[in-house]
Amino acid sequence: MLLKKSAIAGTLESSDVQIRIEPGQSGIELFLSSSVMNLYGRQIRATILTTLANLGVENAKVTAVDKGAVDCTIKARVECAVFRAAEIKENLPWGVRM
Amino acid sequence: MKNRLRRTMMFLNAQKASLVKDAYIYKPDSIIFDLEDAVAENQKDSARIALYNALKSIDYKGIELVVRINGLDTPHFKEDIRAAVAGGIHTVRVPKTETCEDVWAAEKEIEKAEKEFGVPVGKTLMMAAIETPLGVMKAYELAKSSKRIMGISFGAGDYVRTMRTTRSPEGVELLGARTQVVIAARAAGIMCFDTVYLDVDNMEGFADEVRLIKQLGFDGKSIISPKQIAITHQIFAPTQAEIAKAETTIRAIDEYARDGIGVFTVDGQMIDIAMLEGAKRTIELAKASGIYEGDLA
Repeated sequence: MLLKKSAIAGTLESSDVQIRIEPGQSGIELFLSSSVMNLYGRQIRATILTTLANLGVENAKVTAVDKGAVDCTIKARVECAVFRAAEIKENLPWGVRM
Repeated sequence: MKNRLRRTMMFLNAQKASLVKDAYIYKPDSIIFDLEDAVAENQKDSARIALYNALKSIDYKGIELVVRINGLDTPHFKEDIRAAVAGGIHTVRVPKTETCEDVWAAEKEIEKAEKEFGVPVGKTLMMAAIETPLGVMKAYELAKSSKRIMGISFGAGDYVRTMRTTRSPEGVELLGARTQVVIAARAAGIMCFDTVYLDVDNMEGFADEVRLIKQLGFDGKSIISPKQIAITHQIFAPTQAEIAKAETTIRAIDEYARDGIGVFTVDGQMIDIAMLEGAKRTIELAKASGIYEGDLA
């Protein structure tokens, strides 16, 4: 999926994660900070990367600030940031790549 | 399931991660994921995606899952329906319904989504929210407008605004609408739910309102806080005297029916077959409330 602009999704509230995504040129660059980094950092990173791969995002700079979000919230915020960056507002591929 | 216990239907903002992830722990009968009024205009997409992922990932332990979609006059409602149906939502609540065409417009999109996402056509239920004077006047037609309609729900916020009044503690300004809506639901053979009570710290006022709407015949109440669940369930639970009377009625009708007798008296009270449904409902409610200790199946 082609990213056309930078976009943000999610909040810095407890149980949420804020994702900032920018178009990139050299693969996925992921910068993660988390309130539960020691326990779940690896899992959060994997969830973000898998979600990006499922959406066909190959080049992007992603900054994630996690406040203890569960997997489905992380996935939702990454998807939202990607669709915003790609300027896709309707006919989302529910059930296919999400 | 069209008929099930729906004493408490708890609204939560689908965009709020902290609310969505574990709302089942409070054990409301239904959760209403709100994509409409609780969600800011620039977060509609985010709430919709959060809802879809929650539906796909979280085990809500058998609680009915309802979505309140955005209005039919907005650019959001079609995508709301696609996301919710793809996620496996049980029921779609359509806001501010006033005509059968409103219900049919939402139903058309639901059917399209069911076909697109492999959901059996007709599986997704609907609720029509009645929030305006015209909606109240058309309540019966709305209640009968589709086989998918499992209930109608009265919403007071927009109703009092359009009636040029405000809500009072006694709720006298809502009495006519509540009565008309619940009569329409009963005439149509569907369920009926009352509006939210906004002062979450006034538990006494809330309890009074729940007692009122139960007495009017409503099946349950829309709620906005987990604090309102236990007290609602408690008020809707039948008393031990009501349970005992229901048991007596069911047993007596069964016994007399075998002898072909339809009307008889027990302890000086006339009983007939018309009372059977109500008695069975009392026992079911007692079971669901965890207070039934008898042996009726």
